[in-house]
This record gives sequence, C-alpha cells and structure tokens, in this order.
Amino acid sequence: MIDVAVIGAGVVGGAVARELTRMGLSLTILEKNSDVAMGATRANSAIVHAGFDAKEGTLKALLNVRGSKMMESYAKELGVKYKRNGSLVVGFSDEDRATLEELLERGKKNGVEGLRILSRDEILAIEPNIGDGVTVALEAPTGAIICPYELCMASVGNAIDNGAELKLDFEVKKIEKTEGGYAVSSDSETVLAKYVVNCAGVYSDEVAALSGDDSFTVMARRGEYMLLDKECGSLVSHTIFRCPSKMGKGILVSPTVDGNLILGPTAENIDDKEDKSTTAAGLSKVRMQAGEQVKGINFGKTITSFTGLRSVGSTGDFIINEKDGFVNCAGIESPGLSSAPAIAEYVRDLLKGAGAILSEKADFCGKRKPMHYFKELSVDEKNELIAKNPAFAHIICRCELVSEGEIVVAIHTNPKPRDVDGVKRRTRSGMGRCQGGFCSPYVVEILARELGIDYTDVTKSGGKSFINVGKTKEV
Amino acid sequence: MNTKATKELSAELVIVGGGPAGMAAAVAAYEEGIRDILILERDDNLGGILRQCIHNGFGLHRFGEELTGPEYAYRYEKMVRELNIPFMTDTMVTAISPERVVTAQNTEYGIFTVKAGAVILAMGCRERPKGALNIAGTRPAGIYTAGTAQKFVNMKGYMPGKEVVILGSGDIGLIMARRMTLEGAKVKAVCELMPYSGGLARNIEQCLNDFGIPLMLSHTVVEIHGKDRLEGVTIGKVDEARRPIPETFEYIPCDTLLLSCGLIPENELTKDAGIELDRITNGAVVDGDRETDIPGVFACGNVLHVHDLVDYVSEEAAIAGKAAVRFIRGEGKKDISVQVKCDGKVRYTVPQRLTEIADTRIYFRVADVYRDMKVTVRAGDTVLYQKKKQKLAPGEMETVELTRDMIDKAQGLGAPIEIGLI
Repeated sequence: MIDVAVIGAGVVGGAVARELTRMGLSLTILEKNSDVAMGATRANSAIVHAGFDAKEGTLKALLNVRGSKMMESYAKELGVKYKRNGSLVVGFSDEDRATLEELLERGKKNGVEGLRILSRDEILAIEPNIGDGVTVALEAPTGAIICPYELCMASVGNAIDNGAELKLDFEVKKIEKTEGGYAVSSDSETVLAKYVVNCAGVYSDEVAALSGDDSFTVMARRGEYMLLDKECGSLVSHTIFRCPSKMGKGILVSPTVDGNLILGPTAENIDDKEDKSTTAAGLSKVRMQAGEQVKGINFGKTITSFTGLRSVGSTGDFIINEKDGFVNCAGIESPGLSSAPAIAEYVRDLLKGAGAILSEKADFCGKRKPMHYFKELSVDEKNELIAKNPAFAHIICRCELVSEGEIVVAIHTNPKPRDVDGVKRRTRSGMGRCQGGFCSPYVVEILARELGIDYTDVTKSGGKSFINVGKTKEV
Repeated sequence: MNTKATKELSAELVIVGGGPAGMAAAVAAYEEGIRDILILERDDNLGGILRQCIHNGFGLHRFGEELTGPEYAYRYEKMVRELNIPFMTDTMVTAISPERVVTAQNTEYGIFTVKAGAVILAMGCRERPKGALNIAGTRPAGIYTAGTAQKFVNMKGYMPGKEVVILGSGDIGLIMARRMTLEGAKVKAVCELMPYSGGLARNIEQCLNDFGIPLMLSHTVVEIHGKDRLEGVTIGKVDEARRPIPETFEYIPCDTLLLSCGLIPENELTKDAGIELDRITNGAVVDGDRETDIPGVFACGNVLHVHDLVDYVSEEAAIAGKAAVRFIRGEGKKDISVQVKCDGKVRYTVPQRLTEIADTRIYFRVADVYRDMKVTVRAGDTVLYQKKKQKLAPGEMETVELTRDMIDKAQGLGAPIEIGLI
C-alpha cells in the first residue's frame, strides 16, 4: 500500500504530488487522460493573480495571495518561465471607478502589495495602446504571467523524478474504504493507498461522490480564448483585465510568457463537462471586448482559438477539506493556478492533521531543467551541445525553431508525452504561426521512431485521435 | 568541428531557400559569371514544395512541355548539380542582418554565419492554418491544411482520412480533392467563402468537375464536430457580407477537413532584418530588380508574392539572380525613383517601385472577378497604355509590360505609375 493516491494530474494535482513527495510520502498520480495538464490547466488565462479579487477571509483570498508570493521562486526552481508583468483592471465609467476602489480596499485587506488607482494619462504612459474609452485603472504590480501546462508538467515531472508514479489513462471508477486506507479502481486496475487527494477538476464532485461524499457539486464554466501571433505579443506589457460589472467579469488581454497575445475568456455555465468547443458567439464577444480594452489588435493574426472549462464549486469558495484521510481539492476555479503551490502546502497540512507522517525526503531534488533550456543558451553553449548531439541543430518546427534534439529529449523526459499535442505542449513544436502545418508529419515520424510504434498509431491527443487512417492504396 | 567559436563562412551570393525560386536565381547568377554562390535549404533535398506536387501541369511556359512538380524541380536541381553550385540542405537560416550576415544552423556546422556580398530571399510561403479562420467547435484530429495532407499522401505514403470536406478552393485544395479521390477517399464538397474560386480555372475543371466533386461557392464551414477524430462539419451559405446564413446550415459527416484558404509568404526573416513589407502581398517591397529596401538583399518567388505558376517564379528568380550579380560587381545603378501604384481593382503590383529606365514587366492581381475591362497604365492624368481583357480573376496573376518610354514619361511628369482597370 502506498501512502497517497492523487487523482488528477492538473496543475493542482501536480503541485500536491510534488509537495507530498518532498515530504517523503510514496505516491501515485492517477490521470484519466493520456497526458497530464489536459483539463482546465491546459486552457486558461495563464495569469498569476495578485489577489485583490477574492473576498477577504475566503480560502481563495488566503491561498491566492500566498501562492502569488510563492510562485516566482517555485517556478524558478522548476525551471518554468515566469514574468511579473503587472496587471491593470481597466474601467470605462464612474461606476467602474467605484468598483475599482472597492477592489483596491479588498486587495489591501487581502495583503496585496503596491495597488494603486491610475488616471487615463498615467495608464497611457505605461500602456499607449489602451482603448480610447478607458478612463481609470487599478494597477497591481505583483500580477504575473506563467505557462500553466508548463508548470503542471514540471511539477508532475519533478515528482516522478523523485519517486512518484504516474498512471495515465486511469479513470477512477470506484473508491472503497479499506483497512487503513482506500482502494481506488479503474475498470482494469486497483491502487491501494492510505490517503487519497481528489484533484479531479470538473469531475472532483463525481470523484468525491464515489467515496460517499456528496456535500458539493462542481459545474463546468466555458471560457473561450483566442491566441495571437508573437508579432502581436508586445501590444501591451501588462495584463489588461476589464472591470467586473453586472455583465460579469469580462475578458482580459495579456501577453503570454512565450510572447503571444491571449484574449479571453468568456464565461458560460454548461452541462457537458467534455464540451470544449468554441462558439461563434463566444469568439465574437472576445473580439468585441478585447477591442474596447486595447487598440490595434490585429485579429487576422489569430493562430488558434480554444475553450477551457473552469471548475465552479457550489460553495463559491475553493472546497478543500479532509475526512478520514480523503482530501478534496474541488471547485478550484480562478485563482486556482495562482494558488496551486499554496494549495499543495495546505493539503500537506491537512494530511498531517489526518495522521500522515511527514518528514522531508533526504534526497529530494526540487530543481528541474527548464523545458526550453536549449533556447536560453548562448551560441557557443548551443554549439557545444550540437557537437555532442547534432540533432540539436536539425530544426523540425520552423516557426518556433524547435530542433529534433529538443523533441527527442522531451519524449524521454518525465512526464513523457505519447502524442503530437503532448510534444507540442512540451517543446512548442507546432505551437507557432503555421500550427504544425510543416512540422507535424516529421513529429509523427519522430514519435513513431522513439516510441517504437507504427506511423499510423500516432495520435494527435490520445484516444482515437489518429493522425492518419492508413497507408495510401489501402483505404 | 571547432566547438569553441562560431564558424564564419563567406560567399558572394547567399540564397535562402533551394526551391524553384532559389535554384533558378542561382542558375541565373551562375550564368552571369558568379561562382561563389551558396544555397541554404531547410529541407533534406533541393526542390521545395514542388517535391510533393506530383501532379502535372508545370513548365508549359518555361520548358514548353508539361512536367510534374518533382520533374520541374529536378530540371533545376540537375543544373545546380552539374554547374557545381554549392548548396547545403537540412540547413535553417535563423537571421539575416542588414549588413548581409546570414546566421544559419545545421548538423554539420552547428550554428554558423555566412557573410554575403548579396542575399536572395527565396523562402516560399506557408498555408493559412485553421486557427486563423476562427471556426467554432472542437479541435479533433483530422483537420489539416491541404499542403500537409499532400505531404502525408505524396511524401510519406499515408492517408490522413477517408471522407473529406475541403474548405477553400485554392489550387492546393483543388489538387488534393483529386488526389484524395484517386487514393480512394470520398471528397464530399469543396466550400469556398467567396462567390468565385481562388484557384486556376483548369484546376476546377480537371480536379473537381472531372470527378463530380461539388464546388459550393459562397459557402463556409461554420462548426467542427468530433472529440478525438473529426466526425463532421456544419457548412452554410454566406450572405454578401460573408456572414453565414443559419437557415442554410447543413451537417456533413466526414473524418477529414482540408483547408486551402490562402498562402502567406514566409517573411519572418525579412521582417526581422527590418525590410519594408507590402501590406497586400505580405512580401517585401521591391524594385524592378527585385531588390528590397536593404541594398544587396533581393527577393523572388512565393516569398515575394504568391504565384500561381512556377514558370513565373523561375522567371522572376532569374531577374533577381542577374540583378544580384550586378550588385556584387558594383554595377547596380539606381537612377530614378518612380512608384508603381494600383487603383484598388488592381490589388497589388510587383515590383512596387522602379529605379531604372528599362523595359519592365509588371505582375499584378485583381481584387474581384472583372469582365471586359481595359488594363490601364497612367501617370497622373496621362494614359500611357491600355489593353483589353475579357476576364480577370483574383486567382490568375496578370502582367503588363512597361516600356522605357512609358517609364521615362512618368519620370518626366514626376508622377507615380498607376495600374488600373477601366
């Protein structure tokens, strides 16, 4: 029997797994998808929120502010790109100004540092492309940007490197209380663990219900996004939020840590927890609002649009609790990414309270090589590596300049990708302006070769998402 | 290999890209007497995209016979090899400085630089991806640009799908409609947003009509369905403002959606070098020599503007190749500066400016389908030349010849030359 079964390999499950591994617990992560970071972690705003948004006294406020303070060093240790670019919540009216002043007061109570209200002239001085209608803004210098799936892959990978196990395609169907723990089962396999941590995102209510806990529900809220070419990434330097109003929270316009421009999300509660489709109405709303917040967005430079599903819990706050060694981390909507490192500590303390024996693992190594380390090297350093492994000079993805060497390394680095999208999230191959048009046939070839599988068995994103249906002349 | 310092090479002429444009430019430069040439090609062989265009229809103008893409490419590859023009394959150029230092990388030299006397940009173009089209729905496997599908089928020998809908009637889409059909797939429809096709008339005839594949003009794909693999698309008719009309929506089951929605010259290197680009062509602004606003840097082929026939690519590349040699020899005189403008019905011209009084062929494309028009060359109010055309379409590149006299007159009037339709 292992110590802990963590259900769900998203950004929260990953942070929890890493922290518990660090504290000397043996652990298995159970993930129903064919890769990590496949839920809300894959598709969100990629923002580390400063922490003025959540009501004082809530878990959201507490863990957001704590997580935001932890994130820079946390990301650095894991080699994850992080940039404290600051954020602006922009308003268009006197009514908005009053709301921003409330947010300012709330932020102060939550312990957010450096908040201040800016006039239009002050905004223009730092963001010349701000929309014409913007009259006022709340500046939060501690707001930051990060790549959420990179953070998740890094923490899961680091946990695995330190002894944790990851089981993919493991959909939890049954949870039974046993002597001294739990039996967690998929259709074909059972894992015995003393403790269970439920980080199952939009499905965390269903997982809790398997253990007999139906005290909460989780709803999926659709958020649609557009991602623009790197050419547009410097249109704004801050994350530009829209002042929340009766009409909702509004969308954001932000540079991403990889240099693109992200617009979104919309907010629409939906019944189907698998429905990650975009809608014409949603994308049109994103374009309209984004254009009001920031001038000169060239929507023709859109390279992709996508939908993320946030987990909205029935209590209005994060639902993090423990009973009989079963921990729920549910309803982790925004600011979940920002809070992830703090949630991990919180869960650690809950398990300690439940009797888990924690002691820092002596040989734990928290450091991880950055996924994009090759790009960061000097020309001489790159050439030294190329001399040892010429594949680092062989460019596969021309838009993002990703080499065969980097792809091969990624395929053999924990958590190991098994499909084209997995390689894309790890290396950015296919993430650029041509969206894999040129490189995907080569990535398929490299995956087939490295995994020892047939060309036709390579999928886009696990399951039956085969890239090719057969050989020519055989169809 | 020296791992300590970056390898620094030099060449009189560096050509970025070994496709039809790059090879034709190299051969032309060689014929003018330059030997110190270096072609840098990112793929594993010379030939560029022609290597996967295994259909015929290439070379009627250039060679007076109908060749397949690989045959056409090989004609030039053979010349390059027989003339011993140096080239490197699997070599990616990552930067070009205004001082004409080219940075590239390959497995043999690592990251290295080439100091060039002159540079010719011949990087070709890429296809507009799905993301740029903002189609609503899911993101399953089974959606490819037509060129990616062409690579899978013709180069790798794999079939990306069996039941196909094609969005966009660009030439590669039309070619792939036929290709997929010949391989046993069922092509259910080709949807074109515009009321006319962007492809060549002969391709519509030979690739769609001959196989009974419907071309649905003023139609687009409004939604994508399917979780793992594509299961179907919703298509619909669009109104005059190109907005989909909900009453016309129709679900078509299919496992593959191919996109042929436009080609974009690959000018990231050009942009990073600080070269002025044309908003319409997405290529560099050039003069009659195909020289950009950075002296000694030339551009030709699909990186300059998207061509419909490779024969014209070769022709344009030869102009750039010869002009690059004149530049290297210090003979590139620029005695005038006359802008070439268009009237809107004519969308763009190449070249966009003239720097020499010499007979010059102007290539242009029109914005819409026009019938019984006069292609008109003017300088200010003075009409310099007119020719009648029965039909002009955006899918077909047009030309008009400017004579020394016409350019001289415009120069005298101090007015730009305007190409228009009356």
